[in-house]
Amino acid sequence: MTESHTPPMLRVSQLRGFYGETQALHQIDLVVQPGEIVCLLGRNGAGKTTTLRAIMGLLSRREGQIEVLGQSTQGMPPEAIARLGVAYCPEERGIFASLSAEENLLLPPVLMPGGLSVQEIYTLFPNLYERRRSQGTKLSGGEQQMLAIARILRTGAKLLLLDEPTEGLAPVIVERIGQVIRTLRERGFTVLMVEQNFRFASRLADRFYVIEEGSVIDSFHQDDIAPNRARIERMLGL
Amino acid sequence: MDTLFGIPLAALVGQVVIGLINGSFYALMSLGLAIIFGLLHVVNFAHGVQYMLGALVAWYLLDTWGISYWWALLLAPLIVGLIGLAMERFFLRHLYHLDHVYALLLTVGMGILIEGLVKFKFGIGGQPYPNPMSGGADLSVAFIPWYRLWVIAVALVVSLGTWLFIERTKIGAYLRAANENPNLVRTFGINVPRMLMLTYAFAVALAGFSGVMAAPIYQVSPHMGGSLIIVVFAVVVIGGMGSILGSIVTGFGLGVIEGLTKVFYPEGASVVIFVVMILMLAVRPSGLFGRGQ
Repeated sequence: MTESHTPPMLRVSQLRGFYGETQALHQIDLVVQPGEIVCLLGRNGAGKTTTLRAIMGLLSRREGQIEVLGQSTQGMPPEAIARLGVAYCPEERGIFASLSAEENLLLPPVLMPGGLSVQEIYTLFPNLYERRRSQGTKLSGGEQQMLAIARILRTGAKLLLLDEPTEGLAPVIVERIGQVIRTLRERGFTVLMVEQNFRFASRLADRFYVIEEGSVIDSFHQDDIAPNRARIERMLGL
Repeated sequence: MDTLFGIPLAALVGQVVIGLINGSFYALMSLGLAIIFGLLHVVNFAHGVQYMLGALVAWYLLDTWGISYWWALLLAPLIVGLIGLAMERFFLRHLYHLDHVYALLLTVGMGILIEGLVKFKFGIGGQPYPNPMSGGADLSVAFIPWYRLWVIAVALVVSLGTWLFIERTKIGAYLRAANENPNLVRTFGINVPRMLMLTYAFAVALAGFSGVMAAPIYQVSPHMGGSLIIVVFAVVVIGGMGSILGSIVTGFGLGVIEGLTKVFYPEGASVVIFVVMILMLAVRPSGLFGRGQ
């Protein structure tokens, strides 16, 4: 894939990130092309979530370059980065208890054209239609995860940052989320996700970055997995 | 039918009406405090002074330019709200990342400062403000001035309207969501810092509005807010910190309880609200409508 004419969806170079005085990210370099599903791998505490938070502008301090479609996000607050077409689904899902499921779904404003309609979202997630009147946090874990993903599909954002979308979910729900993410790729979304479940991610993502102690230490394509499975699993501590 | 439980009916009705009047101000004031605390997690000790500023601006507008009560009802909250906006923009905003006590202390200090400036400029004496509505309703048992009924009606409409706005509208949903997780709401492209600023300004304007409504009933004086704010904080504690509906119901309810105490046990009238507060803290520390944490 050449990247000379159109800028990549996301380019992160020499990113360093801090929580207060503590440096959590040392050297993050990664590129995500439009339409790709890219997965960040690594052990607990390696800096995967922090990387997503830095891209979304949620770290109190970050250094280095982050570009969305060629535009630098230097010094931008999260609400400005969102308006470049980036959306974030946090690990803890962030379903609002004071809002019904449908209010949660309709909460994020539509920022640009190209998002899914409410009708399309309910077709993709029929459960959410049935549970739309329930309080958001009364939904099951799987339904809350669906809702957290569904919520950012209306806004017109093209780059979805998904943090551990399968964490703590039953295998059948994990399978369902895999189907949803594939559907999203067909619909032209780009996905950068963090995933602990390598078995799940290895069948879904196009490319992988391995993060350790706040730095990207390796990257590979899906095709590279089969011949190098032992080495990769050792690297991930599996 | 001239007495009830041995109490003259006229006195009873009169005190219930007075209770509703006081309750109107308790409700409007504690509503503003609840909004500010619920969303900004700031205990706004400047609320009493902001209320006083509302009354003062109304008096000044009338005294200097002859601007009527009705225009003051619109202009004074706007002016006081802008003062609140500046307070948030230049001071409060920089304290959110610190312990809540810093913002609390800031509002205490600003309150003292503003009250001092007002005393310096206008003196400590009270200024009368003419009643904009003469006459009243002559119910056979008691005479109720129109203006008092107006205050009760407006307080009900404004406080319930605010509650509906927060519970039923899209902007209200943003506010409720930002109350739970402001950073996540920002990632949806919503400018939460600006929303917090406008919310603070709105709640401060509400205090200013209460002040204008109070001007014809109480005297316009620099410390008119000081005595009210203590009671209002008790109301907020009883209703549940940050609960909008709780502050409305408790505000009116405690006003009436206070009024009835004046009839049945006058000696206890000035402390009854605090007694209720102590009982509430003992039995249900999160308050009547509080969710508890």
